[in-house]
Amino acid sequence: MMQRLLQTRGLAQIIALLAILAIDRAVSPQFFDLRMQDGRLFGSLIDVLNRGAPVALLALGMVLVIATRGIDLSVGAVMAISGAIAASLADTYGLPVALAAALGAGLLCGLWNGFLVAVLGIQPIVATLILMVAGRGVAQLITEGRIVTFTAPDLVWLGNGAVLGVPTPVVVVIGMLIITGAVVRGSALGLLIEATGGNARASELAGIGTRAMILAVYVWCGLCAALAGVIAAADIMGADANNAGLWLELDAILAVVIGGTSLFGGRFSLALAMVGALIIQAMNTGILLSGYPPEFNLLVKAAVVLVVLLLQSPRFANAGAVLGRARQ
Amino acid sequence: MRLPPVAITAIVFVVGFALCTVQFPNFASTRVAANLLTDNAFLGIVAVGMTFVIISGGIDLSVGSVIGFTTVFVALAIERLGVPPLVAFAAILLLCAAFGAAMGAIIHVFDMPPFIVTLAGMFLARGASFLMSTESTPITAPLYSTVSDFALRLPGGGRLTAIALIMLAVVAAGAVLLHFTRFGANVYALGGSRATTALMGIPVGSMTVRIYMLSSVLAGLAGIVFSFYTAAGYSLSAVGVELDSIAAVVIGGTLLTGGQGSVVGTLLGVLIQGLTQTYINFDGTLSSWWTKIVTGILLFAFIALQQAMLGIARRAGPRKAGVLKS
Repeated sequence: MMQRLLQTRGLAQIIALLAILAIDRAVSPQFFDLRMQDGRLFGSLIDVLNRGAPVALLALGMVLVIATRGIDLSVGAVMAISGAIAASLADTYGLPVALAAALGAGLLCGLWNGFLVAVLGIQPIVATLILMVAGRGVAQLITEGRIVTFTAPDLVWLGNGAVLGVPTPVVVVIGMLIITGAVVRGSALGLLIEATGGNARASELAGIGTRAMILAVYVWCGLCAALAGVIAAADIMGADANNAGLWLELDAILAVVIGGTSLFGGRFSLALAMVGALIIQAMNTGILLSGYPPEFNLLVKAAVVLVVLLLQSPRFANAGAVLGRARQ
Repeated sequence: MRLPPVAITAIVFVVGFALCTVQFPNFASTRVAANLLTDNAFLGIVAVGMTFVIISGGIDLSVGSVIGFTTVFVALAIERLGVPPLVAFAAILLLCAAFGAAMGAIIHVFDMPPFIVTLAGMFLARGASFLMSTESTPITAPLYSTVSDFALRLPGGGRLTAIALIMLAVVAAGAVLLHFTRFGANVYALGGSRATTALMGIPVGSMTVRIYMLSSVLAGLAGIVFSFYTAAGYSLSAVGVELDSIAAVVIGGTLLTGGQGSVVGTLLGVLIQGLTQTYINFDGTLSSWWTKIVTGILLFAFIALQQAMLGIARRAGPRKAGVLKS
C-alpha cells in the first residue's frame, strides 16, 4: 500500500513541498499572508516563487540535458555572461538589443557545449567544465571586473515588475514552462530525448538523430540559463560577474534530481523539476525566516541530496524490496 | 612516434616559461621559481589526491570545501581552544580520513555517481565550516611563524619555503604510491574497467573507500598548508579549488575517463596554472580573470587532444577501447 503510494509519480515530491511549506508556516505565522501593494502581490509565498525563478529556469533546461544522460555544469557561468551583456547594453541600446544579445550569447554557449558533447563525443561533465571555468572569466572581461549597474526601466521591470499582480520573473518561468512543455510533450521530441538518454546507441540504430537531440538540449539549456542570468541581473539592477549564478548549477541539478529525473537519463518530468526548484527555495526561505543563520542552508541541502539519492539508488530500492518480502 | 600527454604538458610548460623569460628578463630566477612552488603548494597537494581519484574513474568535488573546513577547524582549535597545533593537525587529518571514507563507502555501497556524492560532501563541509565561524580567524601560534620563517636559500635569492617542500614531498610520495605499488596498479585497473577489476579479484569496495580517503586526507593536508600560507582560518577560503585541481590534473595529461595519467603531469599542470598567474602579475596591466580563460583554453586543448588520441587508438586497434565507458 505504502509502496504503491510512493510509486505514484510526483506524489512524494508534492508531499515534501507541502511538508516544507507547513514547517515554514510553523516558524513564521504570516507565511501564507498575501497582500496587494502598488499593483503587485507581496508575501512570503510570492517571495518563494520570485526568488526561485532563476533556479526554476535553469532546472527547465537542465532537466532535458539530464534526460539525455548529460549534465551542464556551465549554467552558472552562462548566467554571469548573459547578465553582464544585458547590463552593459541596456542603458545605451534599450531592452530588445540587450535581451537579444544576452540570449544570443546563451545560445552560443549552449551550442559550444552541445558541439563538444555531441560532435566531439566528450563526457558531458568534462565538456561543460571547460565553460564553467572559462565562462566566469569571459563575464569579467565583459564587465571589465566591475559591477556594472544600469537604470533602463524596462530591464528593471523584468526583474522587479509585475503582470496582473504576479512578479515578472514568475510569469517568465510559467511562460517558458508552457513553451518547453508544449514542444517536448506536445510532439514526439520528449520521447526521442528520453530514448537518447536511455540508450544512445540503440536510439541511433532506430533512426533517431541522437546528435541533433543532444545538441538541441544543450542549446535550450544555454538559452534558459541566459534568461535566468538576465532576470538575476535585472533583479539587483546590476551584473556581478563574480557572484551572479554562483553555485546555481548545483541547485539546478538538485532541483532536477529532487524532481525524480534520474541522473542516468531516460526519463524526465518538467513539472516535477519545477516542484524541485520550489522545494529548494521554500527550504532557503524557511531557514531565513526561522532566524537560523543562512549557513544552515548548505547543511540542509547536503542532507536532502543524500536522502533523495539514496531513495533513487537501485541498490537501496532492492534492499527495500528484500526487506518488504521478508516481512510478508 | 607518439608523444605521451605528459610530454606535451612538459613542452607547454617549458615553452610558456621561455616566452615569459623573453618578455621579462627577470623571470628566469630561482626567486620566481621558488615562489611558483610556494604559491601553488596547497593546489599541488590537493591535485595529487585528485589524480588518484580521476585515474580510478571518479571525481571529488568536495576538496575545496574540505580545505576551507580544515583552515577554520585548525584556527579555532589552536586559537580558541588552545589545542597544540600538532594535535589539531592530527585530529583534522583523522576527521578528513573519516569523511573521505564515508563518501567512498556511499559511492560503492549505493552505486551512486561519485560526482553527486562528493557534491553533497562539498555542501556538507562548506556548511559545517560556516557553522563554526564566518569570520577570518588569525592564527598566532609560534609554530606558524617558525614554519613561515623556515626556508632553504637557493642561489640567486630564491627561498624554497617549508610549504613548498611539503608539496614536493607529497608529489614524490604520490608518484611512488601510484607508479610503484600494488595500490597504484589497482587504481589504474579500476579506471580501466570496474567490472574487469572486480572479476580479477581486486576488492573494488575497499579500493574506492581508500581512494576517496586519500583524496580527503590530502585535501586536509592542503588545508593545513593553506593555513600556514595565510596564517588564518576562513570558511570561504579555497572556493573553487576543486575546479583548479581538476583542471591541473587534466592539463597534466590524465585521462578524465580514468585509467591513464601520472602524478608528475599533475605537478606540471599546477605549475602551468601558476605560471599564467605569475605572468599576469609581472605584466601588471592584465587582469587576473585571464587566468580562468587561459585555464579554460588549455583544458579544452588537452581534452580535445585526449579525444583525438582515443579516436586514433580506436581506429587502429581491433579492440574498441572506449566503447565500454560511454
